[in-house]
Amino acid sequence: MARHRGRGMAAVNYPIGMNLGGDPSQALIHSNPDGKFTVALSAIDLGQGMKQVTRQVAAETLGVPIEDVYVDTADSDTGPHDMGSFASRGTHRMGNAVIAAAREARGVLLEAAAEELEVNAADLVTDGRGNIHVRGAPSRSITVRATAQAAQFKQGKTIAGRGIFLIPLSAVDPETGEMNPNTAFAHACLVADVEVDDETGEVTLLGMTSAYELGRALNPKMVEQQLVGGAWMGQSHVLFETPEPYYPNPDHGPRDFNEYLMPGPGDIAPYSVSVLERPAPDGPFGGKGPGEMCANPVLPAVANAVFNAVGVRVDELPITPEKVLRGIRANGGARQQTRRGG
Amino acid sequence: MLDIRKDLFANERDDNLNVIGKGIQRQDMPGHVTGRSRFFDDHAFEGLLHLKVVRSPHHHARIRSIDISAAERAPGVKRILRGADVPVNKNTLLSLINFGKDDEPSLAVDKVRYKGEPVVAIIAESEAAAMAARKLVRIDYETLPAVFDVEDALKPGAPVVNETYPHNYFEYHEKFDHQKLRFGDTEKAFRTADLVIEERYQTSPIEHAPTETNGSIAAPEQNYRFVVHSCAQGLFFSLGTAAKILDLDSNRLHFIGGTVGGGFGGKVDTLTEPLAILGAMLTGRPVRYVLDREEEMLYGSPRGAERIYVKDGLMRDGRIIARHIRSYFDAGAYTRLSSYAAVKCTAHVPGPYWIPNVSSDIYVAYTNRCPSTAMRGFGITAVDFALEVQMDKLAHAVNMDPVDFRILNAYRDGDMKAHRRVAKNTALIECLQVAAEKAHWPISESAKRQSSLEGGGEGERGLIPATPIDQRGQIGRPETRSAPPTQTLPAGTMRIPLTKQPEPEGTRDRRPAAPNVPRYEPARPMAQPAVQAPAPLAPLPPAASPPQHAAAPPAQPSPAAPPQHGAMRFSSVFGTRRR
Amino acid sequence: MAKIPVQFRLNGSDRAAFIDGADNLLTTLRRGLNEFAPKYGCGQGTCGTCTVLIDGEPQLACLTLAVACEGRHVETASGMADGPNLHPLQIAFMDHFAAQCGFCTPGMLMSARALLDRNPSPSREDVIEAIAGNICRCTGYEPIISAILAAAGARGQIRA
Repeated sequence: MARHRGRGMAAVNYPIGMNLGGDPSQALIHSNPDGKFTVALSAIDLGQGMKQVTRQVAAETLGVPIEDVYVDTADSDTGPHDMGSFASRGTHRMGNAVIAAAREARGVLLEAAAEELEVNAADLVTDGRGNIHVRGAPSRSITVRATAQAAQFKQGKTIAGRGIFLIPLSAVDPETGEMNPNTAFAHACLVADVEVDDETGEVTLLGMTSAYELGRALNPKMVEQQLVGGAWMGQSHVLFETPEPYYPNPDHGPRDFNEYLMPGPGDIAPYSVSVLERPAPDGPFGGKGPGEMCANPVLPAVANAVFNAVGVRVDELPITPEKVLRGIRANGGARQQTRRGG
Repeated sequence: MLDIRKDLFANERDDNLNVIGKGIQRQDMPGHVTGRSRFFDDHAFEGLLHLKVVRSPHHHARIRSIDISAAERAPGVKRILRGADVPVNKNTLLSLINFGKDDEPSLAVDKVRYKGEPVVAIIAESEAAAMAARKLVRIDYETLPAVFDVEDALKPGAPVVNETYPHNYFEYHEKFDHQKLRFGDTEKAFRTADLVIEERYQTSPIEHAPTETNGSIAAPEQNYRFVVHSCAQGLFFSLGTAAKILDLDSNRLHFIGGTVGGGFGGKVDTLTEPLAILGAMLTGRPVRYVLDREEEMLYGSPRGAERIYVKDGLMRDGRIIARHIRSYFDAGAYTRLSSYAAVKCTAHVPGPYWIPNVSSDIYVAYTNRCPSTAMRGFGITAVDFALEVQMDKLAHAVNMDPVDFRILNAYRDGDMKAHRRVAKNTALIECLQVAAEKAHWPISESAKRQSSLEGGGEGERGLIPATPIDQRGQIGRPETRSAPPTQTLPAGTMRIPLTKQPEPEGTRDRRPAAPNVPRYEPARPMAQPAVQAPAPLAPLPPAASPPQHAAAPPAQPSPAAPPQHGAMRFSSVFGTRRR
Repeated sequence: MAKIPVQFRLNGSDRAAFIDGADNLLTTLRRGLNEFAPKYGCGQGTCGTCTVLIDGEPQLACLTLAVACEGRHVETASGMADGPNLHPLQIAFMDHFAAQCGFCTPGMLMSARALLDRNPSPSREDVIEAIAGNICRCTGYEPIISAILAAAGARGQIRA
């Protein structure tokens, strides 16, 4: 009749993008007469922040303020093809496509400014605040706005760009499984602390600590959103959710949220994350994508923590109180394992 | 809650960026907090009709007859759709990338293969009218034996779930009943290991359970085209699927979406668009088809269950010398995306570790349950659960600390991976070290000294070993499942070409690539444009030098430069520290 | 079946709709009045995405008959701002990045507003109880809780 504390950990990596490649993304960028940019995509924002990530990538590459860029998605009449938002591919594939399009648009922008300033385009830089000036001579400058007006009404140039990013599809060897699966991998390690009640079998998540290596955190606030939200989903997956409680017996399926359980705001635990950045050589500014892996290590870490707490291995998900109690009973009682710091 | 360790891998990064790396407010946040963000269902249409489907109550049954006459006469009913109304009533999602055979109807015709499979679609003036009319449809079923367990489904004599794959498994390379991975000689290594540990893991299905259910609204536009407001996760993927099923030129479909109330992989399958569009085509009015929560929960495709057997050969010093995985994806009654997951899983095996002998057999099995589909971590999540619990058991067996054990076996730059590609850009060891430190989890001094950049690829670690291969598990020949190996591939064998690097378009077209924009580029130096009288022109510094390490300044001394725009080295992520 | 009229105030304006007698408030708002802020998440009263205020009380529009709203005041997230000025809760949600997909947000804001309107200084437990009926699948709830507590702290300053 006691509560036992335990810690468990897990380490994972995660492939970024569709397996084997063959998943293209395209982007189109154009500007209005005032030098404000629209990024036309057909990418899907599921909540992960696709619109804002691509906006920041475009603004960085163009060299203009963030307020001068908006992303317009998704309309199949105006946005070019994108494979879709899945497989943690959005930041990597669409980010690269946006860079390609923004590079082209930036190239025309600098050519147009060079013509106005009567210098070489190669000597021009952008200040990220809406100005273009000669490197080392900031007074020789022109605004992006004036450049756009000159381009469209005087010079006859389109300050626009198009981009595609495609990793060509790989074959798979039928006998060895040899393949080119992916070009970038993210990494993570997570420690979970739990408390197990040996009378009810309930597992309470007390806290989590993790380190995630993501290439580059393009927007740290949004990375935090993914990692925290994903960890919650991991907690839900390992301890709460199933539409087939006695799989493979298909009976007792839940029909609403009263029967399909997920942790509520009163069930969440403190979570502390460190982000590491080892840029992917082919990622946009080195970025990889945390959207899926943010839940994965929680599952085994919690399972390992339950073992650490009471000596019960639950190898079938979800870890329900029933399974924990059966395990404790089979062991003749709770068996706390070696404590690992904390 | 979140900090960024800028100190690690610092020499591989240039953090001198303008807006990248900043926690700038999201473009869509104002819309979310004002209720103005438009999801697919947030569009008004005059004359909107509602579609609801009649679903099979049986797990597996032949359809003897369908009588819709009473339903057709029910109040508010405008049109009823049956399988014969669907122009191409057999599809598989990955046919768009030429993978797999068409196996799934939009509306069942002769047989139902899972409880909840759609048979008839009712289109009426209101949802209530459609649901009332549903009850008047009379379908005469002859129930059939069903199979629910993946290993039972693969036994000879099991009920045939899906006639397109008559042995209840997806067929790989037109040769095998599973996808193989073979690297080195696991059988031989198991015989030399100090310990062999074999365990079984099982994950059950789970629901995506987004707060927004699957659905779409399709309506005739003014130009012989149809507009479709969709929650699709792949706009063109769903457009292409609908175009194929409805035998329409793709440019007659105008898909609008991009703002979705949670996807998590459950909105790839194009569950509602084809029938909604068909309804709009046949009635000439807008048609809305949205799953209610009970349908979403019971009949919206879940994450598939997986059964995973992991067998490891372990030495007493903690090295894993062999790993064999046999696993089964429960695809449910139809393929959808499961075929892809098994290959992705194969690419992920044996996890982020260097193991000299690795093999796996991964099956996609059909059972009489709701077809499963992608969900956050597709092909990876369940096998990571199995592998990391297994690692914990292995560490326990050799009495090693779990973190030390991972670091000992972790992969590093230069190590050869089991699918015969060299690992690079690795960082598992650093994640383990940082997490352990943060969690006050004590690890050995030796573990603290390890690095992803050192020790990888040395000697055996960088090589492809000789590998016995086999012809086990040929399609339609279950007796071959236990056949011996047929040949041994020599060390170093690679039979699949490496991926070509994507080529930036500018170079292919021979137009000049945009100047001065490498892959990621520091923000240009921004001394503020001076307000005072312009300085005399100084000679320009050589163009090649990185601008932030400025060449010797021109003659007059420059004032102390204001903070360079974007040239911030972060020790904290945000402008203010948040607790 | 003949339609029947129902009239009520919606976000401060008089509105009217012709409905079927059995229609719930959610269908009436979305399909009858083109008010799309409250969402359909379950239709069963278990997810909270349809949360509105009716005469100041948080209610689930999917479980409320439209006819029961005759003459009452219905409020949704669309009416939270005062013209161009966002409500402190809306500002706090933005500052704390308390939304990802945004689908639960209108209902969540209504539950939060009902809490702060009756309890200007809630504890963390009070906040948790107030939003326990609003499911969020994306954020893990922590930023939402932080946002509501921050708005409560800020409200005191704005009101003064």
